[in-house]
Amino acid sequence: MRSPPIPEMATQEVQLSETLAHLKTESDTLKGKLEEERAKLHDVELHQVAEKVEGLGQFVMKTRRTLKGHGNKVLCMDWCKDKRRIVSSSQDGKVIVWDAFTTNKEHAVTMPCTWVMACAYAPSGCAVACGGLDNKCSVYPLSLDKNENLAAKKKSVAMHTNYLSACSFTNSDMQILTSSGDGTCALWDVESGQLLQSFHGHAADVLCLDLAPSETGNTFVSGGCDKKANVWDMRSGQCIQSFETHESDINNSSEADREVAIYSKESIIFGVSSVDFSLSGRLLFGGYNDYTINVWDVLKGTRVSILFGHENRVSTLRVSPDGTAFCTGSWDHTLRTWA
Amino acid sequence: MTINTLAKGGWHRDQMACFRKMEKVIVAMQDPDMGMKMRNQRLLITVIPHAMTGRDVINWLMQKYNMCEEEALHLGGMLVRYGYIYPLKEPRSLVLRADESPYRFQTPYFWTSTRWPATELDYAIYLAKKNIRKQGELMEYEKERYSVLHKRINHTWDFVVMQAREQLRASKQRRKADRIVLECQEQAYWLINRPPPGAYNILDMGLERPNNFSTRVTLNSDYYKREIEFCRRALGRNRVKSSICLEGFVKYSEQYLSHDPIMQGCLPSNPWISDDTAHWTMNTEVVPIPSRLRVERWSFSFMELLNDAMGRREFMTYLEKEFSAENLCFWQACEDIRHGENSRIVEKVEEVYKNFLAPGAARWVNIDSKTMDKTLKGIQHPHRFVMDDAQMHIYFLMKKDSFPRYLKSDLYKNMLAKAIVPQEVKKSVFPFMRRQRHSSPSPAQAVAQASEEEGRA
Repeated sequence: MRSPPIPEMATQEVQLSETLAHLKTESDTLKGKLEEERAKLHDVELHQVAEKVEGLGQFVMKTRRTLKGHGNKVLCMDWCKDKRRIVSSSQDGKVIVWDAFTTNKEHAVTMPCTWVMACAYAPSGCAVACGGLDNKCSVYPLSLDKNENLAAKKKSVAMHTNYLSACSFTNSDMQILTSSGDGTCALWDVESGQLLQSFHGHAADVLCLDLAPSETGNTFVSGGCDKKANVWDMRSGQCIQSFETHESDINNSSEADREVAIYSKESIIFGVSSVDFSLSGRLLFGGYNDYTINVWDVLKGTRVSILFGHENRVSTLRVSPDGTAFCTGSWDHTLRTWA
Repeated sequence: MTINTLAKGGWHRDQMACFRKMEKVIVAMQDPDMGMKMRNQRLLITVIPHAMTGRDVINWLMQKYNMCEEEALHLGGMLVRYGYIYPLKEPRSLVLRADESPYRFQTPYFWTSTRWPATELDYAIYLAKKNIRKQGELMEYEKERYSVLHKRINHTWDFVVMQAREQLRASKQRRKADRIVLECQEQAYWLINRPPPGAYNILDMGLERPNNFSTRVTLNSDYYKREIEFCRRALGRNRVKSSICLEGFVKYSEQYLSHDPIMQGCLPSNPWISDDTAHWTMNTEVVPIPSRLRVERWSFSFMELLNDAMGRREFMTYLEKEFSAENLCFWQACEDIRHGENSRIVEKVEEVYKNFLAPGAARWVNIDSKTMDKTLKGIQHPHRFVMDDAQMHIYFLMKKDSFPRYLKSDLYKNMLAKAIVPQEVKKSVFPFMRRQRHSSPSPAQAVAQASEEEGRA
């Protein structure tokens, strides 16, 4: 014979579910209020404000350098502050440092894993950081001794529980910011490998990050598979703002409370893998999965130019530190500089 | 054909979205009114109906999307690569030719998206058909794959052969033209879904991402509490109207327009275009005489001035004249703490206290008492951000007071006056003469030399 349920426990359960429902309602109400507040302030569209701005003329940009040397898909690249050197990483596990101007290879490192999805140049130009399927971010000081094996001086800095998707030095060689497939971002002290701050809030893999230096402190933005772009305060670890947008994963992020403009064209069918702004912010360059680069007039919302050259997906795109060129990396194993 | 199982992962979603968009284009191309005009094409002795030329495809795309020929060729080329249009001559060459080469639309039954991913079973049946139909018709790589499949799905092999025979029997009852068309279509489908070795694999998705939404976030009370906290904070934050924010952005891009080399070129020339590094040489961190654009940029914002090593040096000189150089020194020391190694924080904080904050310190900085008290308390347990408030106070002091006065000072005005405006150097008179591209010392080299010298000293 079954015993009847204990009355106290039953009421406790009911109480819990009432509290949960209560919380959900409160959360939904606040979210609604937030949306209302945001909508109130949205008094104009970007292209309206930009009506009085002069349109752009004919645009001629070409491939100026082609860097060949990787044995498989190029996944990531970063510029050195000297405006001509770059570091690139590939599916074949190799990380190469190039003088993109002369196209010479200056350093090469073989990682213990394939799919090196992230790489970054240190602000001093004396080291590079990289990682991928090894779930780590490692820093390699760049030795000038041709005989020295760079891998010998390798320093393991970051440890995640899933693949490393992006990394970036902050203002100095001493700190590194990472994002991972484990849904978190983290800030690390390079010298000791200590975790300084972790950033939780994404509901799925975090794919990219970008720093937003400001007078009042440092923030950065991260984008992920949960279709959210989050703005974080590096000091407190808190998420300051969150943007929910896009139809699918956010592969790349570049800094601006709400979606300001959407850049699309009927004839553009394939997704964009990477974006960056020109120095003045007037142009937006997008590397696409159909091997092209589309150049957008940010203010007018129109496409200014389409650039051909790569023979497979463009996986990474960055404008050089002084804005004289931008570099793309592709699944066709090459990198190209455009100007 | 077997039932398709949905592939997991975000890349599947992305790929399907692309397929849908391509299919929209394809459907528009076949629209009875606005679509392409098709005609009969002769292939050997048979006439294939409803075919078009590569040139037709390109012209239609150019007209419909108002695009140039290069872009139309590219877009059309993608449609061929993804199998929506297949070539009748040279079926293995999945390329769109801008000439009279004949092409045909793939039937939706054989669209990659219809039964994706293609199954081993279906591939086995296809290869079996080819094998039965004409002994030796299988190519080398197909023979290899056939035997691999035979081993792997041996348990269903009877079914494979039976299906193959059944499909061949059904096709024999069709008209010759229809039969050829179906064979072409099927071949095109497999060339894409099982490309020959060495051929380009259009369906390469890269690394499959886990992307488990529901397993990560449990909608419990903690989750809602966090969401509520987040919303409360967000509601309390200051906001500006879109118009103000956007106008700010427009102003910013106008101000920096002349500094944007891609937009307006750079002087004397863009090194990437002219192979001449003069522009970089003239703008290295420390130069005897800076360029005019550079000095102008210092006036855009206080941050711009501080971000430029020469700007900082000039500003320091100015502050020394005003006997307030300790402010900038303090600010720099605080930056060093914030961005430096963990291990040296304690020692650096002590140094800063000794030099700038202690009563009677050599370079005492003037901070309000409230901030000073808070900072002194914090110093007892030093951490990376202990100087933040004090640093912020001094930063805004310099920004609101010293910086505007610096911009009006003779020091700055003289700098601006003697700054260089380089002559524009057009491309070489002899366009085919390639300038030698000089290499530059690696930044790592400069540091190595400096530390060598330090060691020797």
